[in-house]
Order: sequence, then structure tokens, then C-alpha cells
Amino acid sequence: MTFLIQQTLLYAVPLMIVALAGVFAERSGIINLALEGIMIFGAFIGVLFVRIMQGTAWISAAKRANAYGTLQLFEVLAMLTAALFGAIFSLLLSFASINLRADQTIGGTALNLMAPALALFFIRLIANQNTLYIDGDSPSWFMIKKAMFGYGRGENMSWLGETFINKMYLATYVCLLVFAVLSILLYKTRFGLRLRACGENPQAADSLGINVHRMRYAGTTISGALAGMGGFVYALTTANCTSNGDVAGFGFLALAVMIFGNWKPLNIAGASVLFGLFKCIAAAYSSIDINGDGVYLLREIGINENVYRMLPYVITLIVLAFTSKSSRAPKAEGQPYDKGQR
Amino acid sequence: MNGKESFLQREGTRSVLASLLSIVIGLAFGALAILIVGLLSADLGLESAWEGIRLIFGGLFSTGRGAAGELSWGFNGQNIGNMLFRATPLIMTGLSVAMAYKTGLFNIGAPGQYLIGTLTSLAIALGIPAGTLPGWLVWVLAFCGAMLAGALWGAIPGALKAFLNINEVIACIMTNWIAANFVTWMFSISNFKNVAENTKSSYIYKTTYGLVNGAYVSGEGIATAKLGLDRLFPGSQVNGGILIAVVFAIVVHVMMSKTTFGYELKACGANRHAARYAGIADRRNIVLSMAIAGSLSAGGAALYWLSGNTEFFWSTYQALPAIGFNGIPVALLAVCNPIGVIFTAIFMSMLTVSGLQLTNLTAYNEYITDVIISVIVYLSAFSLVIKLWLGRRRPVPPKLGAEPPSTPSQSAADAKDEKGGDAE
Repeated sequence: MTFLIQQTLLYAVPLMIVALAGVFAERSGIINLALEGIMIFGAFIGVLFVRIMQGTAWISAAKRANAYGTLQLFEVLAMLTAALFGAIFSLLLSFASINLRADQTIGGTALNLMAPALALFFIRLIANQNTLYIDGDSPSWFMIKKAMFGYGRGENMSWLGETFINKMYLATYVCLLVFAVLSILLYKTRFGLRLRACGENPQAADSLGINVHRMRYAGTTISGALAGMGGFVYALTTANCTSNGDVAGFGFLALAVMIFGNWKPLNIAGASVLFGLFKCIAAAYSSIDINGDGVYLLREIGINENVYRMLPYVITLIVLAFTSKSSRAPKAEGQPYDKGQR
Repeated sequence: MNGKESFLQREGTRSVLASLLSIVIGLAFGALAILIVGLLSADLGLESAWEGIRLIFGGLFSTGRGAAGELSWGFNGQNIGNMLFRATPLIMTGLSVAMAYKTGLFNIGAPGQYLIGTLTSLAIALGIPAGTLPGWLVWVLAFCGAMLAGALWGAIPGALKAFLNINEVIACIMTNWIAANFVTWMFSISNFKNVAENTKSSYIYKTTYGLVNGAYVSGEGIATAKLGLDRLFPGSQVNGGILIAVVFAIVVHVMMSKTTFGYELKACGANRHAARYAGIADRRNIVLSMAIAGSLSAGGAALYWLSGNTEFFWSTYQALPAIGFNGIPVALLAVCNPIGVIFTAIFMSMLTVSGLQLTNLTAYNEYITDVIISVIVYLSAFSLVIKLWLGRRRPVPPKLGAEPPSTPSQSAADAKDEKGGDAE
């Protein structure tokens, strides 16, 4: 059970944060199909940052001294770097779709093609192979361990501690916090209201003095930062902090989460846990012992793991089919804002 | 329309110029990236950067390195043949995207349709025991089966769009990943996995393997006829598939431009409601457009895998095939003109061949060509702006500028306008 909850969280949290990235862009009126690409770019930058920084005296000393606080700070710094570069990368999409009023679907597709190409071009130059590794076993020194809280090797934390603290990552909880803060920002503040207005009726928003272009830039930039950070968190927690120009379709899965969650943060949180659970089952269905009685229930059911991998997309399509009439998709998404249509 | 000025203002001219400009900027970006990396890196330097840049532009005619280690140039039949071979599926996926775009649909589902075509063509080609049917018939069955399966798969997002008004981009993305997992699933439980060559894992037999007494034997299967092209371009993988792809391009061109059926499809793309008002069955036509687009992508997959010299890596659930996505730049560069698709697909595969030369001969790698392609796609997203800029010497702004090409349907309307401009 502990294993199942931990793994589900590890898969669900990047999905959740990247789906929120999609919400911010779409609520401001820009379709961000580039989530996958920005994730790939963020993962590459984050891993590259860790790789460069770990050689510095500061980090080496911290590693030798087991200075956990410094290492956790380092992890958060890497997340921030990935977020920063994700935001910069997303400016390509904003510029094309806001200033040049380009087709947002094509612009997003271009970024999706560009990110893995750029990442792999540099990874091959840096590492002379197609995967960027970092020296040593970095996930283990980013991982929260019970030793940090003074527990010995044989001692057990309580069930809660074993499930939610031991062998987890700070990144997961930072993401949850960011998710909560930004959801409140989107729904309970003036800024959030204005942002959403630009995605529903930009003409009306503009007539009330809101700068639609600036709001859309804000939406896509926040979106880029979140997706970049989500990409690094994905690489850190589920891919051993490596980057290979690929996030296994997580960006598109996040898009599915966003639609399944009907563009609303709480529903998205629920949807990402559900889809994370499917991912987790697909990855480890033959070795999951749900209630610890030695019976591998899922293996005995014998459903192919590809069915679990396929389910999120099938469910999303079915949900779309049934709810297309009552969809909460922003009304003006995908339409370049034209003052002349006011 | 008379004189030099009007030539620049014609829609067709401006479309071609905008595409050429995108290509030039894309290539220049790639060259610049090579130059910067070369100058910044201690062990690469200006000399190797210059070699890299020359290979990007002329990699097709590279013949390796001479005795003194310098790059040598000349006719390279292997490169040109491989370029044509790689262009074959790209023409088909490019046609798929272009044809859908003309009818107002953005077919980002080409990778999924391509995978379904792969599954069907390989399953039919490998599933029929050797000797029970003549080889050519097996080939035709596999090709037609793939196209049929692709049509059914493409019709799913089409039907969702037509009857439930679900955005086809979203539906296509979902069906792509469903296809990726479905294909992995089907192959994982099949007996087509290559076990004859132990060093390989997760590969499917080439179609040159045939089923003889329950085991796969090399040389008993089928392969696309070479039609003498292998003698023209010795050492390459080229085969008759390229001719089939060209024929399909011509057929699609005739269908879209010269028949009532094509006109109805385009009318639905330009304005679905107006088309319905004019008595055109809009729902049927949207489903049909996607079905045709799907069958073209799947046909491309069949042409690629039935060639007999390619092996399919079946564990595809983590990544979608690039050939499917590259249909998008191929179509956009060709301004969705089916005949233009032939040339842009060949151009794209030329870039790929140049990239491989870059990897083989220098410290750089082939991914720079993917960067170049992505820059070209990015530029084609706002090709309208480039077009306006090209024609801005005209005193009155062109009427095209009045409407921004936001949704695919509006863009398709632009594509229609461009055709009108051609005819003037």
C-alpha cells in the first residue's frame, strides 16, 4: 500500500502541475499544445543544471558533510532553473500567437518538435550519447530519508511517515504547494479574474481597460514555468534525474488530465491522481501487493499493462464525448485577439 | 495582373516565397547553431564548424572524406536513393495532413494512423504463411489492409468532430496515444517478434521473413519491387514505393481540385454551416476527410515497412513515430498543395540524409536537422505575416489580412483564397 501511494503520488504530481500549466494558458485564451515540448526542455535544463552544479565546491562539500538542508535547497534551485527556462522557452509560443497572431496549434507543434531536437543535439554534444546522466546516484541524495529525522537504520517511522516522508522528494510537496497557491491566484484574486476574462471574452475585458496582450503573456509564461518545472520534477522523481529528450508523452497526458478535469483545479487534482494510479499500475502491476497479504491481485486478474496505459486516453475521449455540450473550455481559446472585432 | 509588381503580389508566388524564406531562415539558424557551438567548444573550433555548415547545405552530395581527411564531394547514389526511400512515407503523411488541412481539419493524428498502418501491414504480411498466396497478392492485401485500417482509425476523430463537435486536435492526440499503446499491446502478444536474431529485442521481423512450418525464414517473405531503382542508385534502400507515393499525390491533387467530391470537402472546411445550407452533407464529409487522411498516413506506413529492409521497434508506447509528425511540416511548407508535398517531403528527407552525414563525418549530430525542421514549422505558423510583409508594397492592404487565420477552418479558407489567387 505504501508503495502504491508513493508511486501514484510521484506520477500524479508532475501531471497535476503540468495540467495546471495548461489551464493557465487556456484560461488566458492561448492553447498550449507545447506542454510536452516545454516539459522536455525543462527536464533537460534541470538535469544539466544539476550536472554542472554538482561539481562545484559548494555542492561537493555539502555532499561530503551530508548537509541535507543544502542538498534540498539545491533541488529547489534546480526546479526554479527549469521553471525559468521553461518560461523563456514558452515565450516563443507567446510571441508567435499573441504578437504575430499565428496559428496556436502549429506554433505548439513546432515547440514540441523543437524541444527534443535541441535537447538531443546538446545532450549528444555534451555526453556523446543520447541520455544525459549525472555523476553518482543523485536521486538518492535528493531523496528525503528517515536518517534526516534522526531515525536509525532499523527503526520505523510511523505509517504516515513511511508513506509520505521516507523516500519521497521535497519536489513533490513543493509542487503541491505551488498548485494550491496558483489555484487560489486563478480563482480568488483580481489578477486571476482578469486572466480568465481574457480567455472568455477578450473584447469585453479590453473594453474595461484590461491589457489582453499582457494578460495572455502572463498566462502562457506562468504556463511555461509550470511545465518546465513539471518536466524536471518528472525527470527527477520517475526517471532517475536523467534526460533523453523524451518525457514519455506526459505532456499530452497532462492535456488529457486538464480536459478530464474540465479546466478546474480541484477536478484536475482528482484526475491526475486517477491517471497517476493507472501509470503506476502499468509500470508495476505484477509486483503490487495492495493490502500486504501476499496476493498479487492485479497480476492474477491478468490484464495486459498496455491496457492500463491506454485507459487514461480512452476515458478522456469518452468523457469528452459525453460532456462536449457542457464543456467548461474557455470560450475564446485559440483565437488571436483582434482589437478590430470589438 | 501585369508586370513585375503583380507577380510579387500573386498569392501563389507569395506562398512559395514565404515557404522558401522559412527554409532559408531555418537553414541559417541551423548553420548559426553549428557555428556558435563550434566557436564555444574547445575541441571543435572554426574549422569543424565550417565542415558542419557545408554538410548541412550539401550533405546529399557528400562522399565522405578524402585521403587527406578533407570532405569530398560528388554524386552519391546511396544518399540520393536513401533520400527517396525516406521521402516515400513522408509524402504519404504529408498528403494526409495537407488533405485534411484543406478541408479545415488539423490532422495531428497522423502518427497514430501511421502506427495502425504499421500494425495492419506487418500483421498481414507476416501472418500469411509463405507459399499460400503469390507474393504480390500478399503485398497488395497488406497495403490495402493498412489503408483500410487507417481509414477506420482516422474516422474516429472525424466522427467525434462531426457528431459531437469535439475538437479534432484533442481527439487526434488521444487516439495517437491509444494507438501507441494498442500497437505495443498487439505486438507484445503476437508471434511476429524477431527471435531469429538473438541480439535484437523488441523488433518485429522484416517482411522478407516468411512463415514456413511455424518458423520465420529469411528470404521467404515479401518486399516491395525495386523496379530497377536500386541499379540507378546503387547501395541504397530505394524501391518502387516512391512511385506509388507520387501517384497518390497526383490522385489527391485531382480529387481535391478537379472533382465535385473534393469541392464539397473543401466547402465544409471553409464554412461548415454554409456548406450545409448549400445542401452538402457536412457530417459525412468531415468523417470522410479524416478517413481519407487516415488511410494516406497508414498507406505511408505500409510502403515503409513492406519495403523489406526496415525493422519495426514495436515497443512504441513511450514515443510516437516522427514520420507521422513530420507530415505536418511537409504539408505546411507545401502550403497544403498535394504536388508541392512531393517536393517538400524530398527536401525534408534530404535534410535527414545530410544530418546522418553530419553524424558520420563530424563531431556534430543529426538532431540539428530536427532543430532546423522545427524552426521551419515555427515560421510556417506565421507564414501569413511573412506573406503580408512580402506583399506590403501594394497600396491597398490585401483582403487576406482582414481575417486572422486562427482556427484551422479559417486557415483552410485562406488556402482556398490562395487557390483563387492562382487562377486569376
